[in-house]
Amino acid sequence: MDLYQEEILEHYHNPRGSGKLNNPTHKHCANNPTCGDKICTTITIKDNEIVDIKFEGEGCAISQATTSMVTEKIKGKSIDKVLAITKDDIIDMLGVEIGIGRIRCALLGIETIQKAIEFGKII
Amino acid sequence: MTFANKSNKVTGMNIDKIKREYDIFLRDEQLVYLDSCATALTPRSVITKILEYYNSYNANIARGTYKTGTRATEEYELARKSIANFIYANSSDEIVFTSGTTMSLNMIAHGLSHIITKDNNIITTAMEHHANFIPWQQVCDNAKADFRIAPLTNDGQIDVNKLLDLIDKNTKIVSLVHVSNVLGTINPVKEIIQKIRVKNPNTITVVDAAQSVAHFPISVIDLDCDFLTFSMHKLFGPTGVGVLYGKKEKLELLTPLLTGGEMIDEVTTTCTTFRELPHRLEAGTPNISGVIASREAIDYTNSFLFSEIRTHEKELLQYCLDCFEKEFGNDIKVFGPKDLKLRSGAISFTFKNYHPHDIASILDNEKRVAIRAGQHCTMPLHNEILGVNATARVSFSIYNIKEDIDKLIEGLKEVDKILI
Repeated sequence: MDLYQEEILEHYHNPRGSGKLNNPTHKHCANNPTCGDKICTTITIKDNEIVDIKFEGEGCAISQATTSMVTEKIKGKSIDKVLAITKDDIIDMLGVEIGIGRIRCALLGIETIQKAIEFGKII
Repeated sequence: MTFANKSNKVTGMNIDKIKREYDIFLRDEQLVYLDSCATALTPRSVITKILEYYNSYNANIARGTYKTGTRATEEYELARKSIANFIYANSSDEIVFTSGTTMSLNMIAHGLSHIITKDNNIITTAMEHHANFIPWQQVCDNAKADFRIAPLTNDGQIDVNKLLDLIDKNTKIVSLVHVSNVLGTINPVKEIIQKIRVKNPNTITVVDAAQSVAHFPISVIDLDCDFLTFSMHKLFGPTGVGVLYGKKEKLELLTPLLTGGEMIDEVTTTCTTFRELPHRLEAGTPNISGVIASREAIDYTNSFLFSEIRTHEKELLQYCLDCFEKEFGNDIKVFGPKDLKLRSGAISFTFKNYHPHDIASILDNEKRVAIRAGQHCTMPLHNEILGVNATARVSFSIYNIKEDIDKLIEGLKEVDKILI
């Protein structure tokens, strides 16, 4: 098992959806206080669908890469589907075992996105 | 397999021999453990004492009109005496067993909160571990008192002049770390306390000795601190055992944080009176096996000369810093004083823009090198002083060798290959 597989490193060095949307409908920022990982996401939701999503972040390769992978996967999906994504789905997506010490890094992205959808609406 | 004869000091450290005193190294030959600041490894002789309690005289203390209970109580109190001797306290009554440094500091803060009013201030420093920061912050919040934080110099020492400037007639407590768990700074607490006493003789002084007990001989008489705290698991003892030392007349001031069994004199439906020290501050059944085994940890530590421990540590610190410089130059930034005389324990660093969590994971995966990554419970220090989200941290103990550092360097080269 190697957490630092090519795909993960590729997403870390070339994150998809990096940046900030100009007129998002939703946004949220979250961090891992124990290690300083931060993710801020801006999302455009229309007709209950993720029309566009970007993120800015700082932190370990796992947190940034996973967020990049999630961002790529959920574009165009319904918000119900996105809210139904579980920890196991993230682990399956990564395709490697994640120890208890790094699971928070791997989940930071999806949790930030789900919180943005649930209570990050910009009024 | 022979064990070191504990009654004779070992002159010249034989690290091979020392490593054989730890079962973990026999069971896990590849382990390169560089995180003794987090917890020190535990030698076989200490673990044996824990098992001996459970297997031979498993009983609660202070009760028991039967032999095993009496033996447990005697062993427990012998451990108290041994800690008192170890830190040169005047009396065993000045040693309170707790669950750790965090508990000890919380007990002091809570215990003294009744003397803090809104005109008062409490002072600590910008390099403190959360355990020696938050309790004081909370006390000040509740009392609406002033929480003052002494700044640091550019090379990570307490700015003593600025600390003294913060002290006035309303300063009730100053609490300082002896050795920083991030910067490795050895603070001159004895001199600082002397200067504090000149400025305000009534200020209560507290020393967090969690990171210094395993590296330097501590004499509470010499330091003249009012309170001192540390954890046994940083001193080759078990987890779950801490020490709260206080000068008798200062311990008397503490309102007990925990109340319940073992600490009372009389309980009625209308009121309760408490026992004498130190028992007043030890409510409930303690970590009996841990305390008893702590005496063995003290004996184990005493089988080395502190001068040897310090020489060995300085050699490894120097070697590590030299290797960092030689192999990585400016790509590695080390925090804290440059002068080794002012450093002990931790070397916290950043490596290019690699996140310390990634560095630590790869070191573990590739080389079985165990280091710590994160903020090491010092958020104000990392965010507001060092300006970094996280650092990687290595620390050495008596069972580490230069080859451990070589593996660290090899591992860091792997990190560079993988993350670049």
